[in-house]
Amino acid sequence: MSTIAASPTRAPLAPLSTGRVRHRGWHLLRTVISYLVLIAFAILYIYPFLIEIATSFKTDADATANPLGLIPETWTTKAFQQLASVDFPRWFVNSIVVSVIVTLGRLFFDSLAGYALARLHFLGRRALGGAIIAVMAVPGVVLLIPKYLVLVQLHMFNSYLGMIIPLMADAAGVFIMRQFFIAIPVEVEEAARIDGAGTFRTFWSVVLPMARPALITLTILSFQGSWNEFTHFLISRNSPSLNTLTTGVAQLVSGQFGGSTQFPLKLAAALLMTIPTAVVFFVFQRYFIRGASAGAVKG
Amino acid sequence: MTTSPSTPGVSPAARRPVRHRGGIRGREGTAGWVFMTPVIVILGLFLLLPIIAAVWVSISDWSGHGSPLDAGFVGAENYQTLLAKPGLSQQNLATSLRNNFYYVILVVPIQTVLALFLASVLNGRRLKGKGFFRTAFYFPSVTSTIAIMTVFLFLFTTTGVVNQMLSWLGLHGPNWFQDPRGVLRLILSGLHLVDTSNPPGWLVNNHFLGMSWYDWLAGPSVAMCALIVLAVWTTGGTFMLMFLAALQDIPDEVVEAARVDGATRWQSFRSVTLPALRPTLFLVVTLGLIGTWQIFDQIYILGGGNPAKTTLTPAYLSYQASFGDGKWGQGAAISFILFAIIIVMTIIQRLVMRERKHLPRRRRFRPAPPIARAEQGATAPAGGTR
Repeated sequence: MSTIAASPTRAPLAPLSTGRVRHRGWHLLRTVISYLVLIAFAILYIYPFLIEIATSFKTDADATANPLGLIPETWTTKAFQQLASVDFPRWFVNSIVVSVIVTLGRLFFDSLAGYALARLHFLGRRALGGAIIAVMAVPGVVLLIPKYLVLVQLHMFNSYLGMIIPLMADAAGVFIMRQFFIAIPVEVEEAARIDGAGTFRTFWSVVLPMARPALITLTILSFQGSWNEFTHFLISRNSPSLNTLTTGVAQLVSGQFGGSTQFPLKLAAALLMTIPTAVVFFVFQRYFIRGASAGAVKG
Repeated sequence: MTTSPSTPGVSPAARRPVRHRGGIRGREGTAGWVFMTPVIVILGLFLLLPIIAAVWVSISDWSGHGSPLDAGFVGAENYQTLLAKPGLSQQNLATSLRNNFYYVILVVPIQTVLALFLASVLNGRRLKGKGFFRTAFYFPSVTSTIAIMTVFLFLFTTTGVVNQMLSWLGLHGPNWFQDPRGVLRLILSGLHLVDTSNPPGWLVNNHFLGMSWYDWLAGPSVAMCALIVLAVWTTGGTFMLMFLAALQDIPDEVVEAARVDGATRWQSFRSVTLPALRPTLFLVVTLGLIGTWQIFDQIYILGGGNPAKTTLTPAYLSYQASFGDGKWGQGAAISFILFAIIIVMTIIQRLVMRERKHLPRRRRFRPAPPIARAEQGATAPAGGTR
C-alpha cells in the first residue's frame, strides 16, 4: 500500500497505523467489489436494450446468426418499413390519443376527488375514503370479464369511449392527491375563502397550482400506466382499427408473425413503443422515482 | 411511501377548522359530493358494478349471447365443475394453479432478495454514479411488459443470446420458450432419484384436483423459468427503489453504534438494518404476491399457456374460458377463485410476517389510526409485479 511509504511521520505509531491501513485497504476492496457488482448488474440491465436497438436494424439472417452483436452487418431499416405496412402507425396514434386523454382525465378527476377527501367536509367522506382504498385492493386481472360485460351492456364495447372512460379515474391517483393536499397548510385556502372565492375557485386557482409536484407525479404514472396498459384494451375492443401499441404488438409477436423468426421486425416494434416512455422517464426521472415509492401502484 | 411521514403530523383538528359552520358547511357538503362524482361514477361503473355482475355470472349459465340478466341460475355448478368434477376444466385449473404457484414461490423471494441486495450495495456512502445505476436498474420497470417480453423471446431462442453465453461456460442451453419439461423433475431424474420413464406408483396414482401428485411436483417448466427470470429482472428495480428509500431513512449513527459495539458487518445488517426495513420488506412481499398471481401479458404472448399448458395461469385461463370457449360462468368463477387465493396468500403472509414482540406498547392496544390503515390499504393494490 502506497500509504505506508507516504507516511514516514507515523512510524512511531506503527501498530495503530498498520491497523488503520488495513482498515483502509478493506474499504478500498469493498468499494471495488461494490462497483464490480453494480457494473455487472448494469450490463445485465442495459445490454438487452442495446440488443433490442441493434437487432431492429439488422437483417433477419444477421439477427439469427449473430444475436449478441451490437453492430449490424448491414444496416437496414426494412423492419421499420414493414411496420408501417402493418398498421403500426395507427396503433401508435391510438396509444397516444388514449394515453393523453386518460392522463388529462385522471389529473382532473383524481385531484378533484383527492381534494374533496382531504379538505371538504361532507357527509359520507370517511366512507368514501375507505371505499376508494378498498377498491385499490381488488386485483385488476380479476375484473377483466366483468368489465367486458359492463362495457357491452353500456354499448361502449369497441369504441374509444369504452377504452378511455374506465381508465379515466383511478383509486391510487385519488389517494396520492389526497395525501398531498392534506400536507398543504390550510391557511392559504382560508385566505382565499375570506376573499370570497368559492370552493371550486379556491381549488382551481389556489390549491391546484401548489400541487405541481404531485400533479407531475400523477401525470407520469398515468401516462406510463395507460401507455403500457394491455388487458383493458384486450377486452374493451376487438376491432383491429382500435388496436393500441400493446394489443397490436402483442398480436404481431404472438399471432401473424408469431411462428416466424422475424425478430428485427418484432424488436423494432418493441423499440418504438418503448421510446415515448423512455423519453418521459429520462426527463422526469426524479418524479418517477418519487412516484414509485409514493404510489407503488399502477392503474 | 414518501408521503407517509407527513400525514400523521396533521391532526384531525387541523383539518377541521371550527369556524366553518352552517352555510359554508352546507355548501361544502354539496361541493364535496360534486367533486367526488366523476370518480364515484367511473369506479362505480367499472369496478363495483363489474364485481357484482361477475358474482352473478359465476353462478349462472350465461353463454355470451344476450343480456347476462336473462341467463339461468345454476348455483355453485361452475365452481363444482372447476374444483370437484373430474374433467378438462378441473385439469386446466389444477395445471394453471400449479404453474402459477411455482412462479410465485420462486419470483417473490428471488426478486425481494435481489432488490434488497442491489439496494444495500447502492446505499454505500462513498459510491459515485449512484444515479446512473439506479436508473439502469429501474428502467425496465417503466417499460411495457409486451415490449420486454418481445425482447426476451429473442434473448431466449435456441441459438439466442442466453444460450450463446451459456455455451461460453460449456453449457448447452435448452430451447427455453418451447420446452415444457418440469425443472424439479429434471433435477430429480438427473440425481437418479426418479425414473421419468417409470415414475413411482404412489406419485402417479394419488390425485389432487384431478391432477396426479407426480404432475403437481413437476416443478416449473423450463419455459416458466424464463418467465421467472423476466419477472425478477423487471420488477427488481422497483422494489430496489423502495428498499433504497428505506435504507436512506436509517440514521448512519445507529449502524455505526452497532459496529462500534463490535458487531460484524453481517451482524449489524441482521440485527439493525433488517428490523428497520421490516415495513418495506412487508410491503415488497405483499406487492410481489399480489402481482405474481396476476401474470397475464406474457402468457398471452406465449399463445396462452404454451408449451404444453406449462405456462397457463389462472388469470389467462379465466380469460380463455370466457372469451375463447364461451364458458363465461366458469371464467368468472375462476376469477373469484384467483381473488380468493390472493386474499388467502396475503393473509397468510401477514400472519407469518407479523411483528411479534417488538410492537411499541402504545400501538399494541389502540386500533391503528385511519391514515395508517389507509396506507396499509394503499400497499395492497399494485399491479407492481409483472
